[in-house]
Amino acid sequence: MGYNIIDGVKYTKKHEWARQEGNEAVVGLSDYAQDKLGEIVFVELPDVGTEVEAGKGSAVIESVKAVADLYAPADGTITEVNEALLDQPEVINSDPYGEGWVYKMELKNESQMDELMDKPAYEKFVVEEDEK
Amino acid sequence: MSEAKKTPFYEKHVALEGKIVDYSGWFLPVQYSRGLVEEVHDTRKRATIFDVSHMGEVSVEGKDAETFLQKILVNDISRLKDNAIMYSPVCYPDGGVVDDILIYRISGDNFFLVVNAANTDKDYAWFQENVFGDVKLQNLSPEYAQVALQGPNSEAILQQLTDTPLGEMKNYHFLPSVNVAGVDCIVSRTGYTGEDGFEVYCKNDGASKLWDAVWEAGQKYELNPAGLGSRDVLRLEASMPLYGHELSKELTPLQARLDRFVALDKEVEFNGQAALKKQKADGMDRMLYGLEMLERGVPREGYPVKSGGQEIGWVSSGSFSPTLDKFIAMAFLDPEFADQAEEVELMIRTRSYRAKITKLPFYRRKK
Repeated sequence: MGYNIIDGVKYTKKHEWARQEGNEAVVGLSDYAQDKLGEIVFVELPDVGTEVEAGKGSAVIESVKAVADLYAPADGTITEVNEALLDQPEVINSDPYGEGWVYKMELKNESQMDELMDKPAYEKFVVEEDEK
Repeated sequence: MSEAKKTPFYEKHVALEGKIVDYSGWFLPVQYSRGLVEEVHDTRKRATIFDVSHMGEVSVEGKDAETFLQKILVNDISRLKDNAIMYSPVCYPDGGVVDDILIYRISGDNFFLVVNAANTDKDYAWFQENVFGDVKLQNLSPEYAQVALQGPNSEAILQQLTDTPLGEMKNYHFLPSVNVAGVDCIVSRTGYTGEDGFEVYCKNDGASKLWDAVWEAGQKYELNPAGLGSRDVLRLEASMPLYGHELSKELTPLQARLDRFVALDKEVEFNGQAALKKQKADGMDRMLYGLEMLERGVPREGYPVKSGGQEIGWVSSGSFSPTLDKFIAMAFLDPEFADQAEEVELMIRTRSYRAKITKLPFYRRKK
């Protein structure tokens, strides 16, 4: 099964992606994660101003069958959420790295981004995950 | 728990890129590449094929077979004709449910029961515990494969594979020996989706041939495979109970509003009769209701339901409904509140969401 794994973003072991823009990061769900979840029908977004912690739940994504937490890729504060997802959560399925972004956050410690996986590392990680 | 078992169709699911999961001890596809939502539409508009080989089959034969079944079933099979099928819960003496099953009367004192996969061993033990007289019980589950062909195109597909005129087979009827593409099958007009369709049983050695024949015959009728995920959503839309959700050891058929399958005044005394009669007379503190979300949110099993801040029950099954494009749930609620209320609050994680009480079933096919 081929998954779209793009350049220019970093990936977490929980299958979030984060793209750094200055001291902010745009965060979403990887193509692998949206494929595993199936048709997404509901998104619960955090409030702007919420402080999030790396590896902790920061939003909830629900498909018909499953409830999944979206874990924050780094410590920081939510600065913007993609409210279009409230009415059209399925955009995460069709365009996970584009229109399907979930929130933007201000990074507390930019160096945390270095700990995330780049494209080649994530490609390898996904293959291992599928073999489990 | 021991390693999950493969059905005779396992290789077909892998070839069709089914996402395989372990479902009560069986490796089965939860969905295929088209996805759960499309599989629901495929079933309602065209036709789908499901592997339901995990279901259990038990044969009951002998002079006392009918009396034995009358004692363990809450429905009344005395009026069940040959080649006809009846649905019935099986109850414990306290009215709690052992399982809900289908009874096929092959002829006279020869019956074929279809039971839930996860309950097969428990049911068989229960039957053995209650059996008496001239009754021969056999657990045929390991020998049988089963496919469900569901949706409006089902008859046209299956008819290509047999000379038996399927148009003459009524809903909840069957034939015990039908030649389908050279395989000897039990063919019944039944299903768990709310659509027209057939369930076809054969011995394991004919299974692969049967699947391939149905698959090929289905190509010009846009047949697609469908998995457990869409099966669960389809049955919820049609408001059919699922054991472990709407029925259990702690929930009676009356609470699940299955009154028309409970022959309280049956002549043969049956397991649960006294308890169910008492419950009917006394009333119930939890009964099944339909809920439709008024705010976007996915109702799921176990979520609490409140009215005016007070907890009045729980969700037993819930999902997004692709057919209705709504979020729906079945819930056990306190009738004292639910019969007054038009709206209730459904708790999802930390927030409450508005839902309205609706009639069941959510979906009924146009005939």
